[in-house]
Amino acid sequence: MPHLDDVYTLARYLLRNPADADDAVQECYLRAFRHFEGLRGESIKPWLMAILRNVCRAEFARRSGAASDSAEVAEDALPLWQEPENSPETSMLRQRDSETVRALVAALPEPFREAIVLRDIDDLSYREIADVVGVPIGTVMSRLARARTMLRQAWLRTEQQPELEERSH
Amino acid sequence: MTCEEARVLVHALIDGELDAGHARETETHVATCPHCAAQLRDFRVMRQSLAAPALHYRAPADLRLRIENALPTTRRVVAPAPSRRSLLQGMAMGSLLSGALAASLVLVVVRREEDQRIMGDVVSAHLRSLQGEHLIDVVSTDQHTVKPWFNGRLDVAPPVVDLTAQGFTLIGGRLDYIDGRPVGAVVYKRRAHVINLFVAQSSGSDEGASMEQMQGFNIWRWRHANLGFWAVSDINAEELQEFGDKLQTEISSS
Repeated sequence: MPHLDDVYTLARYLLRNPADADDAVQECYLRAFRHFEGLRGESIKPWLMAILRNVCRAEFARRSGAASDSAEVAEDALPLWQEPENSPETSMLRQRDSETVRALVAALPEPFREAIVLRDIDDLSYREIADVVGVPIGTVMSRLARARTMLRQAWLRTEQQPELEERSH
Repeated sequence: MTCEEARVLVHALIDGELDAGHARETETHVATCPHCAAQLRDFRVMRQSLAAPALHYRAPADLRLRIENALPTTRRVVAPAPSRRSLLQGMAMGSLLSGALAASLVLVVVRREEDQRIMGDVVSAHLRSLQGEHLIDVVSTDQHTVKPWFNGRLDVAPPVVDLTAQGFTLIGGRLDYIDGRPVGAVVYKRRAHVINLFVAQSSGSDEGASMEQMQGFNIWRWRHANLGFWAVSDINAEELQEFGDKLQTEISSS
């Protein structure tokens, strides 16, 4: 099964629930199989990702009604330059353990979480992400910039609360 | 470059998505701006942490099994080359057929490489023909002159049809080389544009036509009756497809 781990990874981060991810991935491959002849000249990984994304969106549509935790943040509502005025001149950020990083990524709102996962974890190019998500490359770039800015701020916040972190260990 | 611009571009820089010019400009800005430099360093640290294998999930074995069982059972298609569908089926069979899978993968990869190489040859031959000295060996707008000219020069003479009425003027024929073998090239014109139609022996089942792009040229190709056809031109894809369709209709009725 090509790219199963990559597709599964995207499903886990998008749906944030292992059982839902299993179902979505299975549906994705069944659809892929049915429409395989429709794949022409594209590479298969982004094509599978796009199918998975549609499956997940259908799942969100089904869930909506119940107060959803996956409410998308309006992109324009969020200025990119939310940096605190006293933005540090020295690098503050430290490497973190994978569990913490995973939780930080999972806490990002859509569509920023998706952008980070596609780029940094599933390793798609900007062009591929643009195709999967169906937006221009410029949007991919600004989304990634916003996503990483948000992630950096959340990351720095966890570093400012070392006592919290130690207790959880 | 302003900080605003740099704060978007540093990400493309980290991701290796900037062209050399923008990469240089961004690096120059970062070198003189401590705020952007601090951000860039942080983002690099983040990216490293994000690349940890633990952040990438592995699909559970039972999910793999579940999908394999849910896929339609393999219907062996008896074909000389594996279709992409049978490749996916091969993959779906997973570990059970890993040997067969590996074999079919190699076949597909090799085949695709061969396709690419041949298309590269086709485009090169097209380019050479445009460079002036050698577009046409036999100059004629008459199919009954061009067709016999190929006989005796090639094992298999390409079909030559007149498409003037359909807006594509036959202007002649030429011998060319694709994939190290002599092939026939039938040359047409559409307005000021040259269309080279390469025809070569190509064993295998018939393949429907598909459009490819290479080095800015459109290639409309198909296989019929053990002949491979590649129509190459810089005209737009719609017109080239129209050419291919009319040609196929004309060939099958002649």
